[in-house]
Amino acid sequence: MSSDAMAIPNATAEARPWVEVVHEWVTTVDHKRLGILYIVYALIFLVIGGIEATIIRIQLIRPHNDFVSPQVFNRMFTMHGTTMIFFVAMPVLFGFANYLVPIMIGARDMAFPRLNAFSFWLTALGGILLYFSFLGGNGLYGAGNAPDVSWWAYAPLAARAFSPGPSSDYWTIALLVSGFGSIGTAINLIATIMCLRCPGMTLNRMPLLAWLNLVMSGMVLITITPLSAAQIMLLVDRYLGGHFFDTQAGGSAAIWMHFFWIFGHPEVYVLIIPCFAFMSEIIPVFSRKPIFGYPVMVGATICIAFVSLSVWAHHMFTIGMNSYANSFFAITTMCVGIPTGIKIFNWLGTMWGGSIRFQTPMLFSIAFLFQFLIAGLTGIMMSSAPFDWQLSLSYFVVAHFHYVIVGGIIFALFAAFYYWYPKITGRMLNESLGKLHFWLFLLGFHLTFDVMHIPGILGMPRRIYTYEPRPGWETLNLIVTIGAFIQGIAILVFVANLIYSYFKGPQAGNDPWDAWTLEWSVSSPPPDYNFAVIPVVASRRPLWDLKHPEDPDSRYE
Amino acid sequence: MVRFDQIRRILKPRSKVAGIAVLLAGALLAASLCFAAPGDPSPLPSIYDPHSTPAKSIVHLSHFVLSITGLIFAIVFGLLAYAVVKFRKRPGDDGREPPQVYGSTQIELAWTVIPILIVVVLFLATARVIHSIEDAPQPENAVEVVAIGHQFWWEFRYPQSGVVTANELHIPVSEAAHPTPTFLTLLSADTDHSFWIPQLAGKTDLIPNRVNHMWMDPYQTGIFLGQCAQYCGTQHAKMLLRVYVDSSQDFATWVQAQQQPAVLDANVTAGRRVFETTACVNCHAVGGTIANGRFGPDLTHLMSRQTIASGAADNTKANLRLWIQKPDAIKPGSLMPAMQLGDADLDALVDYLQTLR
Repeated sequence: MSSDAMAIPNATAEARPWVEVVHEWVTTVDHKRLGILYIVYALIFLVIGGIEATIIRIQLIRPHNDFVSPQVFNRMFTMHGTTMIFFVAMPVLFGFANYLVPIMIGARDMAFPRLNAFSFWLTALGGILLYFSFLGGNGLYGAGNAPDVSWWAYAPLAARAFSPGPSSDYWTIALLVSGFGSIGTAINLIATIMCLRCPGMTLNRMPLLAWLNLVMSGMVLITITPLSAAQIMLLVDRYLGGHFFDTQAGGSAAIWMHFFWIFGHPEVYVLIIPCFAFMSEIIPVFSRKPIFGYPVMVGATICIAFVSLSVWAHHMFTIGMNSYANSFFAITTMCVGIPTGIKIFNWLGTMWGGSIRFQTPMLFSIAFLFQFLIAGLTGIMMSSAPFDWQLSLSYFVVAHFHYVIVGGIIFALFAAFYYWYPKITGRMLNESLGKLHFWLFLLGFHLTFDVMHIPGILGMPRRIYTYEPRPGWETLNLIVTIGAFIQGIAILVFVANLIYSYFKGPQAGNDPWDAWTLEWSVSSPPPDYNFAVIPVVASRRPLWDLKHPEDPDSRYE
Repeated sequence: MVRFDQIRRILKPRSKVAGIAVLLAGALLAASLCFAAPGDPSPLPSIYDPHSTPAKSIVHLSHFVLSITGLIFAIVFGLLAYAVVKFRKRPGDDGREPPQVYGSTQIELAWTVIPILIVVVLFLATARVIHSIEDAPQPENAVEVVAIGHQFWWEFRYPQSGVVTANELHIPVSEAAHPTPTFLTLLSADTDHSFWIPQLAGKTDLIPNRVNHMWMDPYQTGIFLGQCAQYCGTQHAKMLLRVYVDSSQDFATWVQAQQQPAVLDANVTAGRRVFETTACVNCHAVGGTIANGRFGPDLTHLMSRQTIASGAADNTKANLRLWIQKPDAIKPGSLMPAMQLGDADLDALVDYLQTLR
């Protein structure tokens, strides 16, 4: 077991010219630095995507508003969706995986450090290309810029006949490039987890975070591939005279939908599974109990991964598939609820009989459980295909997936930030600001996304830049916008906390949460090589064994 | 072969389930029900104010689904709240770790098997409604309509009567005694669209190179509102849609009027000349004249419609003038070009259009 005394000291005490520092960060192949780069990069895009969301909400604050033109509005929701999925959620999760997986399995770095750097810079280039379209692209009607075909870019809207300018190409190439980055990271994570575990760490003793990131990486390999293929086909259509999706020449719009959603639905699980991983590390520590049903948690995750590959066309219930196809995708979708439910029950089982501490990471985790439950249940509603014929493409579905992405993924991410920030920076995040951030964000989230379900039920479709003054729509949209602003303020509190605590936060020490996995055995921030001596583990909670030699886990496993 | 009125009987309300569901569904439903008073069609296109069999059977299914999900929510939320309160760290705790429990096979089995049973029940209820709506046979006396989505308007063609109109769909009420449902064939001329009248049926997309179908049998006369639900380009928001459900007599009268060629009024020949000698005829048709364009709405009976620009504006003289002169003022990004006419020509043209009853 490694400890401070054995750690290799950081050899960078004296001040150096900033060029040298930048050069060091740009050329780094260290998994921790790349992890931080991913996270900071994602946070920048989070703010940009948030500004786009704010513009959308200001426009919808009242009917017939003209805060922005329809062209600008369409760009805003296209860029908001694309940014949040591809350049916020994926990079931030890859960032945490990069940072945490090697340390948690007792490795000194990822299996392929250079591939790791290459993947990050590909992803970074993707985001820059996407936003370069504001300068270099033309929209649907020439004069505009930035993609405005929505983040699904359904055929044939993205065909040249309907999107003549290059803005859709920026979208296509940005996703293609960052997709290759994602595939590189997935390969790297799989190789790392398979090959670099420390002695004693069998698959059965691996922290759930590593297990779930392994499953996530497998899913990335399977799902990013059809997306990349579809992007290439779209480029062939647009520039080489292909007719895959070009309906005017006999192509098929439905084929694009299949390609997109065989990526798009598993993608939701690519994003949520690492968040399940955070929950599976944080909830036990703050309940002071080991995870309930470890093997079942692993099994349920693998089960989710498999089943989620067979549900994609529930995004297409309205395209006129026959009743057999609709029934098939209804039942597969309902089936995903079973392993997902098992996970929720196991987290509850972990809390049951524990001694729960309500520090900020746990507050976000409990809110995650509550909101993810609701998101799952509205998902079950829409898996019932006829009900979906009404709810799909309406604000109900917008509320549903924001419940998953904000109420689930973003809340889990905040929990992860508060939990691992001390390890990454060596300083604790401010607890009062953290609680303020939590309560503000919780209030804003529920104002926005609880209320947003209702206009959908009242017939309001998504992606409309303005709406008619219908009874109910006005008040509800006003409340949704107010909630969005409260969320915005909460995010500012969070960013302020990140910056303030970096300079002024109390020293964290190695193990501020009295936790049990290997990352808490090294200094904060960890030394360059993570472990001076590669640790040897005998159970799933090596630090528990160390702290309780009279009653080690290894006795029971 | 199942007869159409039998289907309607199969889908009869089960009020007990509905009652429980309304209790359980909480804020979500309550809010929607406040806005959706039963009875007259309201100006609010709520899915909980159904006036047609497909919409109604979806509401019944939704009550069943909401009861189950509501029950699951109550139980799991209850457990979560209980755990948070009961197992919190208390100030007096001695700091010792709680008993370390690793799992339990029996409990895991229980919470695997129960959800499987729930899924089976949910699926059966769902499959039944999917089948009853999607596989409903078209009765002999059904009204057929071909709906064609365009960037950013709707074209409706009635193959049985030869009527062609735009944006405002007229269909007959379907009486329980002898149902006359409307069966729509959905096509698209350009990008994807989606036909959604929440009070009458769930939405179905209009996709180029693909033929889709849907049907509705409104129980009640009146106007039902909806709009395009699938993002189709710049003016997706103002691709509004309305369905006029007429009594069978009114519908027959309407069809008869629509079948007539355009009225030729001698007082507006100047305006007609403007229409027929400018680009108008490239896109618009007026029955009985040389104008036979199909990119834009058929104008033969323009004045029989209450709105223009796919519901974006009321069909008034001032709006019509503005729409021809500066379409972007009403619907920026629509494909109607600004016609660049002089005032005299513009007035004459509007006068001519106003005679197309």
